[in-house]
Amino acid sequence: MFRLEVRTSTPAWFNLALPLLAIAATLVLCSGLIALAGAGVFESYGVMFTASLGDSYAITETLVRAAPMIFTGLAVAVAFRAKFWNIGAEGQLLAGAVASCFVGAIPMPGPLAMLLMTIAGAAAGAAVALVPAALRVKFKVDDVVSSLLLNSVIYYALMALIEGPWKDSFSGYPISPPIEDSANFPVLIEGTRLHLGLIVALVAAPLIWFLIVRTTLGFRIRVTGENPEAARYGGIHVERVLISTALLSGALAGLAGVGEVGGVHFQVMSDISPGYGYSGIVVAMLARLNPLGVVPAAIFLAAVMTGAEAMSRATGVPAFLSDVIQGTALLAMLVALLFTAYRIRRVGVAR
Amino acid sequence: MPAPLIEMRGITKSFGAVKASEAVDLSVAPGEILGLLGENGAGKTTLMNVLFGAYAPDAGEILIQGRPARITSSADALAAGIGMVHQHFHLAPRLTVLENLLIGIPGKAGRIDRAGGLVRLAEISSQHGLTLDPNLPVSALSVGEQQRLEIVKALFRGARLLILDEPTAVLAPSEVDGLFSALRSMAAQGLGIIFISHKLNEVRALTHRCTVLRHGRVAGRVDDPANTTSAAMAQLMCGHEIVPPARGPSTPGADVLILDRISTSRHSGTALRDVSLVVRAGEILGIAGVSGNGQRALAEVISGVRAPDNGQMTIAGKQVVHFSPREVQALGLGRIPEDRMTTGLVTNLPLADSMVLPRIGTSAFSARGLLKPDAIRAFAEAQIKAYDIRCPGPMTRAGALSGGNLQKALLARELAFDPKVLIVSQPTRGLDIGAARFIHEKFLDMRAKGCGIIVIGEDLEELMVLCDRIAVMYEGRIAGTLDSADASVARLGLLMTGAEGKA
Ligand SMILES: Nc1ncnc2c1ncn2[C@@H]1O[C@H](COP(=O)(O)OP(=O)(O)OP(=O)(O)O)[C@@H](O)[C@H]1O
Ligand SMILES: [Mg+2]
Repeated sequence: MFRLEVRTSTPAWFNLALPLLAIAATLVLCSGLIALAGAGVFESYGVMFTASLGDSYAITETLVRAAPMIFTGLAVAVAFRAKFWNIGAEGQLLAGAVASCFVGAIPMPGPLAMLLMTIAGAAAGAAVALVPAALRVKFKVDDVVSSLLLNSVIYYALMALIEGPWKDSFSGYPISPPIEDSANFPVLIEGTRLHLGLIVALVAAPLIWFLIVRTTLGFRIRVTGENPEAARYGGIHVERVLISTALLSGALAGLAGVGEVGGVHFQVMSDISPGYGYSGIVVAMLARLNPLGVVPAAIFLAAVMTGAEAMSRATGVPAFLSDVIQGTALLAMLVALLFTAYRIRRVGVAR
Repeated sequence: MPAPLIEMRGITKSFGAVKASEAVDLSVAPGEILGLLGENGAGKTTLMNVLFGAYAPDAGEILIQGRPARITSSADALAAGIGMVHQHFHLAPRLTVLENLLIGIPGKAGRIDRAGGLVRLAEISSQHGLTLDPNLPVSALSVGEQQRLEIVKALFRGARLLILDEPTAVLAPSEVDGLFSALRSMAAQGLGIIFISHKLNEVRALTHRCTVLRHGRVAGRVDDPANTTSAAMAQLMCGHEIVPPARGPSTPGADVLILDRISTSRHSGTALRDVSLVVRAGEILGIAGVSGNGQRALAEVISGVRAPDNGQMTIAGKQVVHFSPREVQALGLGRIPEDRMTTGLVTNLPLADSMVLPRIGTSAFSARGLLKPDAIRAFAEAQIKAYDIRCPGPMTRAGALSGGNLQKALLARELAFDPKVLIVSQPTRGLDIGAARFIHEKFLDMRAKGCGIIVIGEDLEELMVLCDRIAVMYEGRIAGTLDSADASVARLGLLMTGAEGKA
C-alpha cells in the first residue's frame, strides 16, 4: 500500500524532473486520444516532432510562436510569485497589440516607431492589468475573476474597433490598417518569419529572473506572495507591491502583443492571438514560476502548436489535440507539484 | 496495575538523517493520564503521529489491549479508539459545531443524523463539563472552545485513548483549569490520556505518570509526578540542570517608549481606551491580562501596523507620526510577535529571507534596489551560529524549523540591530524550559544594555520572574501597574478581572 507523507524540503533536481515527468505523462495520456482518432501514435508524434523541430525552418516557425508565449509566461510567472492571480494576460496582450498598431500606423522613422510601439504596447498591457490589481487592493475584489472577465471586455472592444472605425473600407474585412513598412520589425534570418521580438523575449527572461532573485522589489514580491502578513509587519507596503507586480506583469503581456503586430501580422485582426495569454499560464506552471524555465516551456508548447497542425494534415487527428495537450500538461504539472510537498511511501512493511 | 490500553514497543522513525524516534516504548493504562515530556524536537509529536497513523514507523509495533494493531491512517486510529488533538486544529471554520462533529460519520441511508448528534453532544458535554453551542460556526469560537470541540469530536467517535499535543499552549490560565477537570473526569471513566506540555507545574498537577524523551529516545520515566520536583524533571529532559536566571536590580534610565492616552477604534478585537504607558531604558515592563482585553491592539499600535484614533506615541524621544512598521523600526523598535508563523516569518522561503525581512531596504542588505546575497547569507549564518539555531543552513525553508529554533531566529533578527525598545508577545509559548531559559537570559542581557522591553504575556509566573513592573490590561484599559516586588498572582488576578478599580 502507498501513502503520501509531508516532506520538509524539496530536492533541487525536482525543478527539472517534475516538468519532464508532467510532459511525459501528458504524451502518454494523449496517445490514447490519437489512437481513438484512428491514427498511429508514434507516427503522429513523429510528424509533430518533425514539423516543429525537424528542420531549421520548422524550428524558426516554432520560435516565432514561442516568442509571445515567453512574454505571457513571464507575465504570469511574475504575477503568480506575488500571488496576484493574473488570468488576464490574453486581454493585456490584445491591448498591447492595439496600442502598438495605433502607434505603428503613424509615419515616423523606423527605429523611433519600434521604440514607441513597444512603449505604447507595454503601457496598454500594464493599464489593463492595473484594473484587477486596483480592484483587489481597494475593494478586495477577487483578481482571478476580474482579470479573467476583463479578457472578454478587451476582446469585444477590439472587435468593435476593427468592425467599426478601423474596418478596411476597400475590402470590408474586419482588420485594422497595416502599420507603416518602416515600423516592421527586422527579420533575423532572411526567408523566415523570425523577428526582433524573439531576441527581446530571450533577453527579458534572464532580466526578469534577475529582478525576482536579486532585487529588493523581487524580494518584496516573493515575500508578499508567500506571507502578506509577515511582509506588512516587516515594513513592506503590500498594496504597493501588488500594484507594481500587476504593472510589470501587464507590461510583459502587452509586449507579446507588440511582437505579434510588429513582427508577424503587421496589423490587428480578431484572431491575432490563438490564446497565447492562456497558454502563458501553462508555460509559467511548467516552469514552476521560474523566469528562466519559461523559455524552454514556451518552446515546448509552441512546438506542440506547430506540430499539431502538421499532424492534423498528415494523419487526420484534429488539430484541437494541441489544446488538449496544453490542458493535460497543466493538469499533469499541478499533480506533479504535489510531490514538492509530499513524498510517496510504501507502508505495511514495518509491522 | 491494569493491562495497558495501548502499548508502543520499540518504535523507530527517521526523517532522512534525523532519528525522531528511536526504540521508544510507551504504554497507557485505562484511566491513566500519561505525561509525555521532552525538549523541543525530542520527538513527542512524531511519536504521537505514529500512534495516530500519520507516519508509518520504520520499526516497532503498536498493541491495543494486548493485540498487535495495524494503524496506517487516522481513520484506522479512530476505528481503534485513538483520538488526537493536534497543536493546530483541524476544523472546518464555516461549518457549525454540530456539523463539524458529524463530518465523516455515516448516518442512516446517506442522511446526516442531526438529532442523534445533538443527543450525543449533550451527553458528552454534561458528563465532562465540555459545553458547546451546537449551532455556532467554528469561526465564532474562541481558541479554547475550538479545542473543546476537538476533544468532543474525539469522544464522539468513541475514542478510548485521547492524545493532546500541547493543549495548554493556546489557553489562558483560567481555561486550563476547565480543561484539567474535563480530562480528570474522562480518566475517571476509564479513558487513557496522553498529555504533552512544556509546563512542568501542569504536568505535576495533572498526570499520573510521565515518559520523558530526549533526542528521540526514552530518557527516563517518572512514576510519581506530583511528588517530583520540576527541577528533577527538567534535568531528565535536558540531561543537565536548569537554573532560572537571576534578575538583578534595575537601573532604569530615560523613557524610551511613551504611550500617551492612546485610543483605537474597535477594528478587530478589543479597542484601546486611553492607554498611557512608559517604558524606561533598562527595564522590563510586563503586560498581564486575560487575552482579548486589548493586548493585541496594543501590540499592533506599538508595532506600527495600526494607527490609533487618539493619543501619541514616542520612541526614544521622537514622536511617531505615520504609524508604519518602517517608521517605528527606524526609530529603534524591535518586535517579536506572538504568532511566529503568520506575522513573523515566511515559512515557504529560506530562513535567511525571514531573517533579513524587516531590514531588507537598509544598506546592510541592499544597495540601489539590488540585494546583497552574500551579506544576507553571511548575516544569517552568523546569527545561526551565535544563537545555536538548529537547522541545516540559512537556505533551509523556515517552516522546517522547530518552534524553539524559530523563536531564536526571530530573536536573533531583532537583537542584531540593538533595538532601543523591544516589544515581545508570549515569548516562550511552546518552548521547552531550556529554550525559555535562553530567551529570558537574552532579555536580561538586553535590559542590562539599556534596552526597554515590554513583554505581553498570560503566564503570570513568567512575568513575575522576568519583569520589573507589571501593568494589567482589562477591557482595553490599564487597570493598574504593580512593581514586581509587590505583585502576587492573587493581586494580579484581581486586577485582571477588573475587580480592583485602581491599584
Ligand atoms: N516531517 C518531518 N520531516 C523531517 N523532519 C521532521 C519532520 N517532523 C519532525 N521532524 C524532526 O524530527 C524531530 C522531532 O520533531 P517533533 O516535532 O516530534 O518534536 P517535538 O518533541 O514534538 O518538539 P516540540 O516540543 O517543539 O513540539 C525534530 O528534529 C524535527 O525537526
Ligand atoms: Mg511537538
